[in-house]
Amino acid sequence: MADIVATNETILVVGGGISGMTAAIEAAECGKQVILVEKTPAVGGRVSQLYKYFPKLCHPTCGLEINLRRLKANRNIRLLTMTEVASVSGETGNYQVTLKTAPRFVNENCTACGECGKAVEAEFDDEFNYGLKKRKGAWLVSNMAYPQRYVLDPRIIGTPDADKAKAACKYDAIDLDDSEQETTITVGAIIWATGWKPFDANKIQPYGYDRYRNVITSVEFERMMDPRGPTGGRILRPSDGKEAKNVAFIQCAGSRDRNYLKHCSRICCMASLKQTTYLREQFGDEGKSTVYYIDIRAIDRIDDFYQKVQADENVTFIKSKVASITQDKDENPVLNGVNTEGYQRYANTHDLVVLAIGMEPSTAGSDFPIDVAVNEHGFIEQDESNGSIFAAGCSSDALDVNRAVQSGTASALRAIQVINRVASTEG
Amino acid sequence: MSANVQAIESYRNSFLKEVEANVEEGDWVKMCMQCGVCSGSCPLGPYWEHPPQEIFMLIRAGKREEVLKSSSMWMCTSCYNCIARCPRELPITHIMHGLATYAERLGMAPKNQPTRKFALKFWDNLTKKGRVNELKLGVSLYFMNGFVEGIKTALKAMPLGMNMYKTKRLNPMEYFGGHGVKDTSGLKAILKKAEEIELAKLKKTDA
Repeated sequence: MADIVATNETILVVGGGISGMTAAIEAAECGKQVILVEKTPAVGGRVSQLYKYFPKLCHPTCGLEINLRRLKANRNIRLLTMTEVASVSGETGNYQVTLKTAPRFVNENCTACGECGKAVEAEFDDEFNYGLKKRKGAWLVSNMAYPQRYVLDPRIIGTPDADKAKAACKYDAIDLDDSEQETTITVGAIIWATGWKPFDANKIQPYGYDRYRNVITSVEFERMMDPRGPTGGRILRPSDGKEAKNVAFIQCAGSRDRNYLKHCSRICCMASLKQTTYLREQFGDEGKSTVYYIDIRAIDRIDDFYQKVQADENVTFIKSKVASITQDKDENPVLNGVNTEGYQRYANTHDLVVLAIGMEPSTAGSDFPIDVAVNEHGFIEQDESNGSIFAAGCSSDALDVNRAVQSGTASALRAIQVINRVASTEG
Repeated sequence: MSANVQAIESYRNSFLKEVEANVEEGDWVKMCMQCGVCSGSCPLGPYWEHPPQEIFMLIRAGKREEVLKSSSMWMCTSCYNCIARCPRELPITHIMHGLATYAERLGMAPKNQPTRKFALKFWDNLTKKGRVNELKLGVSLYFMNGFVEGIKTALKAMPLGMNMYKTKRLNPMEYFGGHGVKDTSGLKAILKKAEEIELAKLKKTDA
């Protein structure tokens, strides 16, 4: 990585999800030099794992496609995948950042032909599908992965599988001697866009995510709709593979709860409303959704979407935070609670339960890798003591895609201001 | 009083304020967001006239009589399921007992509610010697609903009692006096002082 050119007029963007990509592209299109680092082998982040976005219900491939084209076309951006920030030191306008790049074992000769994937036998949980499916030890993260380059799982290195992959490659793209690289660069501003992770549903004891197979999370449900996902694009019960036509959505699963996440995760109401349309899309009038909620938080423009879903007679709304889930002998989840509108007690049986899981910063639960002001929820505060380190997207708050993009652009503008100041003082 | 002031008065929720002032942990009542998890989680919930969620709403709706005369909060068995699950960490169990205590103090508690009766018997039993006399407490419970039923219950429980006696889990001599703390008059003084403090609190808020 000796070829990385960076000065204190360079902007470092950490995280290649929708916010980081936006920030990097916007800054680069303003003529600034940008280094974009991404921990996983491909950019796109959690947006690439969605089936559709709300409220327009278009596929993320579309929105990402535009960003990828801008990214590919721009010579001011240097993208480093499989790279993490190890340490940051320095001050406003002048930071020394140490980057660590994990070995991919596949060089730029790769054409993504897939022969190595066929040759390798070892299989591992597919991170892209939240472990709902297996992937090979040599794999492409997703069909629209950028860069379109395979990766070798470090766990197959030193096994016969690694040699099989190398033998299968016609382009001399496999480099089994690849190793971790460390490099220190100087940058003028840092945009931190490491995004979010779904709250650990196992912690919500009364909902039995850890015990009941037919209780899943909203992000897993999203993967079910992908034609290349774990169920081939069909809504199926994990317990018996039958079609799940009667689905319950539980709102605030982990959010707005002082036992779990105190904050409102903002996206979950809309995510569930969106997911009710998946049932209609797949099963027509036979697809029944029931949304259990405290209150639906669909604000400003997206309220129209809420009204549309409310008008759908296949969608029932029950104003109640579900108290507990049990299951009957056929592994059907039974939801127990009290409906606040009338105080009736219910025990409702469904085919499948989707927990509208809360959003927590991806850095939660570990020491924050950089020295910045973080609020009680783990999101980065906009604070003068942060110098020229700016948060973008879900590093700053629980945001939907639309707002994450706005936040990315805003952070790019803040970083550009710093770079311009640095440039003018240096003449 | 003008019509406007009268209208405002009808909206003034003095009962919520009364609860906040006099009931243990009462100032948490306003924090309830009516999600229903407490009512849904209560193992005895279906048997309550008004489960906690409803009690909180009734308090806020100013339904003083309906709440204080209710048998509901006497149904609480202190299993703490509601506290463990409440997304806003309301000390629901404590509030229920606080409401029951306040209703009792005002003489509004339902006289024949069995939990209330038991609570009073337990308190009398405990405060006599500073130790619970299980034999006396048990026997007094047998006869809680009359002499004939008491005899019947006692006969039914006799084999158990005999077994407990044989394994030295039950001492019949406890019925005559029984054991207690060393300084009974000291205990009484403590309780008297505690009651004074409690009453003083109550008077202050009345004013």
